[in-house]
Amino acid sequence: MEEHIYKKIFSKYRGSKRDSLIPLLQEIQHELGFLSKDSVARVGGLLNLPTSKIYGVATFYNQFRFQPYGKYHIQVCRGTACHVKGSANVLSALEAMLNIKAGETTRDGMFSIEVVACIGACGLAPVISINGEFHANLVPSDIEKIIGSYKNRKTLEE
Amino acid sequence: MFEITVNNRIIDAKPEETILSAVKRAGINIPTLCHMDDFLPSGACRICCVEVEGMPGLVPSCSYPVQEGMNIITNSPRVIKARKTVIELLLANHPDDCLYCVRNGNCQLQNLADQYGIRERRFVGKHKTRNTVDCTSPAIVRDQSKCILCGKCVRVCEEIQNVSAIDFVGRGSSTVIAPAFNQGLNISSCIYCGQCIMVCPTGALRENSFTKQVTDALNNPKKIVVVQHAPAISVSIAEEFGIEPGTDVNGKMVTALRRMGFDRVFDTSFSADLTIMEEASELIQRIQSGGKLPLMTSCSPGWIKYVEQFYPGFLENISTCKSPQQMLGAIIKTYFAKKEGIDPENIFSVSVMPCTAKKFEAARPGMGRDQVPDIDATISTRELARMIKTYGIDFGSLPEDKADTPFGIRSSAGKLFGGTGGVMEAAVRTAYHMLTGSELKSLQIEEVRGVKGIKEAKLNINGLELGIAVVNGVGNAQQLLEQIKSGRKDLHFIEVMTCPGGCIAGGGQPRNTDIEKIKVRLKSLYSIDKSEKLRTSHKNKAVQQLYKEFLGEPLSHKSHELLHTNYTKRDVLI
Ligand code: SF4
Ligand code: SF4
Ligand code: SF4
Ligand code: FES
Repeated sequence: MEEHIYKKIFSKYRGSKRDSLIPLLQEIQHELGFLSKDSVARVGGLLNLPTSKIYGVATFYNQFRFQPYGKYHIQVCRGTACHVKGSANVLSALEAMLNIKAGETTRDGMFSIEVVACIGACGLAPVISINGEFHANLVPSDIEKIIGSYKNRKTLEE
Repeated sequence: MFEITVNNRIIDAKPEETILSAVKRAGINIPTLCHMDDFLPSGACRICCVEVEGMPGLVPSCSYPVQEGMNIITNSPRVIKARKTVIELLLANHPDDCLYCVRNGNCQLQNLADQYGIRERRFVGKHKTRNTVDCTSPAIVRDQSKCILCGKCVRVCEEIQNVSAIDFVGRGSSTVIAPAFNQGLNISSCIYCGQCIMVCPTGALRENSFTKQVTDALNNPKKIVVVQHAPAISVSIAEEFGIEPGTDVNGKMVTALRRMGFDRVFDTSFSADLTIMEEASELIQRIQSGGKLPLMTSCSPGWIKYVEQFYPGFLENISTCKSPQQMLGAIIKTYFAKKEGIDPENIFSVSVMPCTAKKFEAARPGMGRDQVPDIDATISTRELARMIKTYGIDFGSLPEDKADTPFGIRSSAGKLFGGTGGVMEAAVRTAYHMLTGSELKSLQIEEVRGVKGIKEAKLNINGLELGIAVVNGVGNAQQLLEQIKSGRKDLHFIEVMTCPGGCIAGGGQPRNTDIEKIKVRLKSLYSIDKSEKLRTSHKNKAVQQLYKEFLGEPLSHKSHELLHTNYTKRDVLI
C-alpha cells in the first residue's frame, strides 16, 4: 500500500532536482500523514540528497511532522485572538503535561499536538480542538482535566 | 596588485581577494568565527565586520572583496561596539560553563569575550536545556548548549568529508546542529573522523574521553598497563606544550609515559611494519591469484565505516588486515601475555591515537577474544597531553628514553604511516622486495608524498605495471570509487586516509587546521625516514622474530586468526 503511494508520487518526480524537495515532501505527508525515516531516506535516494539535509530543511517549516498522529490529535489555535487571550500558556501547559513538543506524539501513541494558525472560532478563544471536539475559553489549569477525560475514555474503551 | 588604505596605512591587495585576506597579510588581526580558509564564505557570524568609507553599514570582511583605493577601518569605536554586541548576543544563551569546559583556555568564544572586555551578561536569552548532550557515540560528544551555530562542522562534514552526517535542524532560536531525525551520532552516518571537532570554535564538539579509565588502570596495582603510540603522535604533540611545531619528541614522550606509570611503552609503528608484511602479501596474492582488485587499505576506521555505509559494493576490495592499532592490541593480549606469563585479563591495553574514529574501531565486534577486548582504552593526542599536564610533568625538560622491546622496534617505513601516502610508500618498498628479492633503488616514492587530495602513479616491478593511488580526505575517495565503478581497471592498490593530510591531521590531534602547520608535521616524518638506517618493514628484526616464534609467515592461519578481520554493510540513514 505504502509502496504503491511512493511509486505514484515518485513517478511524477523522476529526474527532479533539489528544488522539488518541498512539494515532494508535502505530497508524501499528505498521503501518509507524516514523514517517516523511510520516506526521508527514499526522497534522499531520489534527489541524491543526504537525509540530514532533508530533515534540516523539513524542520525549518512548521508544516512537516515526523511522527504519526496520536489517537487523539490536539490542534492548538495560535491565531491572533487566541494569542491575545493567552494560547501560548495553554500550549505550554499541554506540552508540559504530555511531555512532548508541538509536532510530536506521545510515546504511547495516544496524543499528538499540532499548532494551527486560526481555527476560525475566535469567539471561543483560546480554543483547542481534539479530534474535532472543541474546548473553549481555556486557561492552563483546565488542561489537566481535559486530557484526563480523554485518558479515561481510553481505559473505558479497553 | 593595487593599493588600499587600512587604518590609515597603505597596503597591497590582490584583485578578487577579500578584505580579510588582504588585511591579514599586513599583520592586522580581524576576529572570525564562521570563516574557513579555502571555503566559500558563509557570512554567518558577523564578528569580522569592518568600516569601509562610503558604505552606510559595516561590511563582513570575510566575504567582501577589496576594491582599489578602498579606505577601511578595522578598529573604529563603531566596529568594536558592533563586535561586542555580536559576542554578547552569542553569550546570551551560552552556559557560563568555562571552568568545566574541555575548551577552557583555547576557546575562540572565550578568547573573544576576553579580548573585547565583556564583563557582564547584557542579554539573557533562553538557554538550550533539553537533551543538549549527545554522548551516544564511542568517539564524539556533542553539546548543543555550547554551539554558536557557526556552521563550520556542517561544512567540513559535507564539503570535505562528503558524509553530511549533521545539519542545521529547526529554525530561529531553537535551531540546533544534529543528525537526521535528531538521532544519536551512534546510529547516524557519522564516520567519527573528528574533523568537525577540529574546526569547532567552542566546546560544542569534543572527543569521548577515556582518560579516567586510563588513570584508574594506572592506579590499579593488579593491572599491567601497556601503552602504544601511533606514528603521528611524536611529531605533533609538541604543539600542546608550546614546542616548535614539527619537532619530533618521541624520546621525551616515552619518558613521560614511563613516569606516568605505564608498565610497557610500545610503538604502533612496529605493528605498522607488521601490517605491511601482511598487506603487501595480500596485494601480491590478489594480483597473482586473480583476487579482487584494486586492494584498498584498511587502517583508517572512518574510511571503513564510509565504505560500509555508502559503497558496500566495495567491501571486498578492502584489505582484510586489521589496523596497526588492532594488530598490536591482538599481539599484546596473546603472544606478549603468554610470553610474560600474564593473564590477558590483567593487561590493560591503552592506545594513543591521532584519531577519534580509533575509539570506535577498538569497540568493533571481532576486536578481541573470550570477552576480552584487545584495546581497553583509546585516547587522543590531546587527551595524552592533558594527562601529562595533570601528572605535573614538565614535558619540555624531560630527558629522552627508548620504547620497550620488542614492540618498540620499528622501521621508518612504519613511521611514515602517520601521513598521507605513507602506507603506500611502505607497502611498495616491501612488495618490491617480496616480488623481486632485491630492494628498490630509491626507497623514496616522490609521487605519493605531499598533501594533494588524490595522488597517482604507475610503478614498473619486473614487468608488472603496478597502478597505485593515494587519497586523503575521505570525500576525495568518491571520485575514484565512481571511476572504478564505471570500469576503470588500471589500479591495483589504493591507500585511503580519512583525514585531509592523513593521521598527522587526524581528529584527535592538537587543534590546528592551518595546512602549513600540517605540512610541517608531515615534513618531520619525511626527515625521520631520511635520516634512519632501517627503512623497510621486512627488515624489522622484531617483526621477523615475531613471525619466527609465533605467527609463522604472513597470511598464515595464525595471522588470519589474529591480524585479519571482515566488514559488513551497515544500515544507517545516509
Ligand atoms: S565553549 Fe568556550 S565559552 Fe563556552 S563554556 Fe566552553 S570555554 Fe566557555
Ligand atoms: S566526525 Fe566526521 S563524519 Fe562525523 S559529524 Fe564530524 S565531520 Fe561529520
Ligand atoms: S558545533 Fe561547533 S562548529 Fe558546529 S556549528 Fe556549533 S559551534 Fe560551530
Ligand atoms: S567570519 Fe565573517 S561573517 Fe563570520
